[in-house]
Amino acid sequence: MTGQVPEPRADGAGASHWRGRATDPDADRSRAEDTAPEAVARLRARSRALLRDLLRPHRARLGLATVLLLAQNAAAMAGPYLVMLGIDRAVAPLRAGDPGPLAAVAGAFAVAAGTEYAARRGFLTLSARIGQAVLLDLRQRVYGHFLRLCVGFHERYTSGRVVSRLTSDLDSIAELVDGGIDSLVTATLTVVSVAAVLLWLDLPLAAVALLAFPLLFALSRWFARASTSAWRRSRDAAALVIVHFVESLRGIRAVQAFRREPRNQQIFDGLNDEYRRANLHGFRLIATYSPGIKVIGNGTLAVVLGYGGWRVLGGGTEVGVLAAFLLYLRRFFEPMQELSQFYNTLQSATAALEKLAGVLDEAPGVPEPARPTPLPPGPERGAVRFRSVSFGYRPQAPILTGLDLRVPAGQTVALIGPTGAGKSTIAKLLARFHDPATGTVELDGVDLRDLADTELRRAVVLVTQENHLFSGTVAENIRFGRPTADDAAVEAAARAIGADDFITALPDGYATDVHRRGGRLSAGQRQLVAFARAFLADPRVLILDEATSSLDVPTERLVQRALGTVLRDRTALVIAHRLSTVEIADRVLVLDGGRIVEDGPPARLAAAGGRYAALHEHWRTSLI
Amino acid sequence: MPALRDGDPARRVDAGPRPLRNLWRLRRYLRPYAGQFCWLLFASLAATAASLAVPLLTQRVVDGPVADRDAAGLLRLGGLALLLGLTEAVLIFIRRWTQSSSSVGMEAAIRADVYAHLQRLPVDFHDRWQSGQLLSRVTSDLSVIRRFLSFGLLFLVLNLVTYLAVVVLLVRLHAPLGLLVAASAAPLFLISRRFARHYHAASRRMQDQQGDVATLVEETAQGLRTVKAYGRGPELADRFAGRARALHDTGVGKARLLARTSALFDLVPNLTLGVVLVCGAALVAGGTLTVGELIAFVSLQLMLIWPVQSLGWIIANGQEAATAADRIHEVLDTPPSIVDAPHAVTLARDRVRGRLRFEGVTFRYPGAGTPVLREIDLTVEPGETLALVGVTGAGKSTLLSLVPRLHEVTGGRITLDGHDLRDLRLSALRRLVGTAFEEPTLFSMSVWENLTLGRPDAGQDEVRAALALAQADFAYELPWGLATRVGEQGLSLSGGQRQRLALARAVLGRPALLVLDDPLSALDVHTEALVEAALKQVLRDSTALLVVHRPSTVALADRVALLDGGRITAIGRHSELLATVPAYRAVLCAEPASRDGLVRS
Repeated sequence: MTGQVPEPRADGAGASHWRGRATDPDADRSRAEDTAPEAVARLRARSRALLRDLLRPHRARLGLATVLLLAQNAAAMAGPYLVMLGIDRAVAPLRAGDPGPLAAVAGAFAVAAGTEYAARRGFLTLSARIGQAVLLDLRQRVYGHFLRLCVGFHERYTSGRVVSRLTSDLDSIAELVDGGIDSLVTATLTVVSVAAVLLWLDLPLAAVALLAFPLLFALSRWFARASTSAWRRSRDAAALVIVHFVESLRGIRAVQAFRREPRNQQIFDGLNDEYRRANLHGFRLIATYSPGIKVIGNGTLAVVLGYGGWRVLGGGTEVGVLAAFLLYLRRFFEPMQELSQFYNTLQSATAALEKLAGVLDEAPGVPEPARPTPLPPGPERGAVRFRSVSFGYRPQAPILTGLDLRVPAGQTVALIGPTGAGKSTIAKLLARFHDPATGTVELDGVDLRDLADTELRRAVVLVTQENHLFSGTVAENIRFGRPTADDAAVEAAARAIGADDFITALPDGYATDVHRRGGRLSAGQRQLVAFARAFLADPRVLILDEATSSLDVPTERLVQRALGTVLRDRTALVIAHRLSTVEIADRVLVLDGGRIVEDGPPARLAAAGGRYAALHEHWRTSLI
Repeated sequence: MPALRDGDPARRVDAGPRPLRNLWRLRRYLRPYAGQFCWLLFASLAATAASLAVPLLTQRVVDGPVADRDAAGLLRLGGLALLLGLTEAVLIFIRRWTQSSSSVGMEAAIRADVYAHLQRLPVDFHDRWQSGQLLSRVTSDLSVIRRFLSFGLLFLVLNLVTYLAVVVLLVRLHAPLGLLVAASAAPLFLISRRFARHYHAASRRMQDQQGDVATLVEETAQGLRTVKAYGRGPELADRFAGRARALHDTGVGKARLLARTSALFDLVPNLTLGVVLVCGAALVAGGTLTVGELIAFVSLQLMLIWPVQSLGWIIANGQEAATAADRIHEVLDTPPSIVDAPHAVTLARDRVRGRLRFEGVTFRYPGAGTPVLREIDLTVEPGETLALVGVTGAGKSTLLSLVPRLHEVTGGRITLDGHDLRDLRLSALRRLVGTAFEEPTLFSMSVWENLTLGRPDAGQDEVRAALALAQADFAYELPWGLATRVGEQGLSLSGGQRQRLALARAVLGRPALLVLDDPLSALDVHTEALVEAALKQVLRDSTALLVVHRPSTVALADRVALLDGGRITAIGRHSELLATVPAYRAVLCAEPASRDGLVRS
């Protein structure tokens, strides 16, 4: 019991008390993300492994791209060399009236330019193909993994953060793929090949020029370290902005009705500003790093100019060589600028990749069995058994302790009891949203943990009061229950539970778009669509958790009448506060504090004078 | 205002007559940084000039001290080169440092404005637009614009200036050769124009597809329990694969366009260089050009390669920024339809009596053929509680949403104490109205923050009272009490608990008008009775409109109105209507079921 409530601060600046305290301290990150140094190192290793894994299928194309790149670079390198040849070797013969050498140089130049064009175009196209394929692969992997992760993970991770990983983080990587990789690789190759040419042209001059290397290395090392943490911070800040954005727009009704806009803006501005500052920090690092490279480059150039001039004076080298040397040196440092820019993009993409690697590394809390056991064949059954099941969302607060329950196939069981008694928890365990801490939940004698997901989902369907409709038509939303169903089956399902009337009255009938999250359907209509969906799915075991709470009485009656038929030959668990729903049950379980306190047919319990009898009486008198 | 096809509002791949117009309109965000921008431009130009001076210096060294064997001169010029180099670096540092703050500042400012605007836009806008499309606008699109405003635009200017400066220097060095280099701009221009046209369409398509992907991801995360419950992971993965593949294909298409153009931007300066080399060699042979001049000419010309090469990237970036700006303005240009009237007044809580009147109110959803509500006439007297009853989809929730003006009546008017609601300040009106929706919306924030959504000034006692009334004292038992973060989906709070928090939120601060949409639907019978008893106290002081489905909740109301087919067909006391109106009995009571023998009383 705690009355400690933080008083809201008027300024809201930097304070994140509004978010409240999470029960799970790691709520914001996947478990693989940790701030301890070993964890960071492990994460880096994982993200590198992920990158290798992503690139593996493209080895051949990467090889071809490298060849094209080498060709392009060789051709580009030939340019200044040919200029040197032209000046040193072709001018004198031309003076003497021999255009041959010049023509040869010009011809070579044309060939080089043509090669460069073709190679560059080929390389850019190919590398984009590889990059896009990697992005596609990564996107699908992360999305697929989010689908595999359990409900518990998603509850703490929040949908906004999922969105952030699959949009903003992937954007960072896409930015690298779009412009980065080509330039990064091209620039690296240019730098390396120019260094080689320099060495070959004039060793002493090159030695002087290459003195710049240790400096460059030291500067880059500093930058790498600083920018890694800067971009990690930026990724986290971006996620918070996105979470707030997505959630507050989704709840726009509540936001506007409660005049939440100014406070939201205050919070958003705070998050937005933190994101801005995180980015600013990153950009300022590169704003220091990049001119740093320039200082080294220009310094080297000046030194080479002086030293080279002195060597020409001393006859150590020719003017043409010095000229070429200086040209190459410029080509050496020009791409260095680009390189620093793309190094930055790379760092930012790496931070994003780490986040994604962290998600991919998250083990599903409710894993699929490696060797699934099939359900026993034969006629549809659906016997459910809980064997001394204990479970709690938090270890210190158990909900169920050693629950035993046996539901024979075909029985309809109603669960009633006060809030917190564990009714929904039983439903979620049976739908395997969570696994029990101890004990087992079995379907037809098979532990749910040993069932393949597809088989489990075909056999067990849970309908809750959160009736999520996906964007698309009403028919598509019903068909969600069984994607192979044809239109006739969809309409039959809707008719069976009494949803047909309102659907056909919609502007486009079954083809009516339900809009974003079913904006235009009322809560009751959404429940009907969800019911039709469950009916169409035709599972062995149907769990209804408060699935009729928003229906008006006549519609509820209709649904119940339909349920009478629907549930006849399948196992059902019905949780309802309305005893009217309970009336259709073969058996009633009254729960309290995670234990079954009454168990029997409704008529018998009503007559027995226990809790159910009291509730029943109360309900009966409230009818009219 | 974009003319939007229903349900698919964001599709306009149409460059329009002035494709850069919306990008240009963003200049207002540059204004606070105008001074900085001048600095920046100056620093950049100076840096470019410094870098241009180096090849000229090289020529001096080769033609001067090296030719004259002048060691002192060599040292002097070498020192000058060093100085120039350092100056250039310092100028670049200034440019980048300034640029960082202005570019991220602009990005943040636009994002804040878009968010503010989205909060002002009415509910029906948000029903129509997919949130992923909105999200991609404030993330992906904004970073494209940031990149363009910080780098693309600057380099466009810089590269053009560099190009011109180099050409001028080249012409001065040697007029005919210089003009030859200048002429190479013509093919570059033609290539750029063609490229820009194609790229524009492709980048718009890509941005829309990014929005599609974001939308699907958001929907999946939102509906995850449903996806899990039906095991529809594989189907969704397929659907996602389809969208991701569309994005992939557009990306590859864009890259092909860029590759072709980029390679051409490489080829043209190279060919020009070849021609210059041949002609230059001939001129040197003819004695009209010195070797030093030719070297200077060629090395200056080499300086053109990077600016020209990067032009392809800059144009691409510019096109992306233009389409991104279009997308952002599609949102910013949508006028909020529910706003304060020019002479809107504020009603203070203590001056409100609470007489709520619907006078011939008609409401039609935008784009819908038939109205949901027709000619509603209804008066709720001060302190009275009126219950709305009707079958699913009768328009009850819609009617309630008109009171806090979440939707605007399309005909007739609603008055509070004689004031048309549209003449009241929105914020004042909404402060008077306490609302609980049929689905309790919680945000991933502390319980306290969720409760005090619109009343950050609420005190501990008020909150405690509201929680007590809604039978939501369980909130104090959470691990950190009211400071505990509840998730958007409610941190394993049950539906009943969520609904009670939402009810506490609605009654917090004792609003003058209460608008409660089936507020007890998810409560168990016992809790329902307790809440009802407490609610009766509150309802005595407030005017209230309730939507109810259960006979038990109807007991809270003084009068009941039956809503059928968008009209009020009956109004009166519960017992009266029950006795006289068969339609009312059909909606509210369990009689038909009794006939089936399901209920034996």
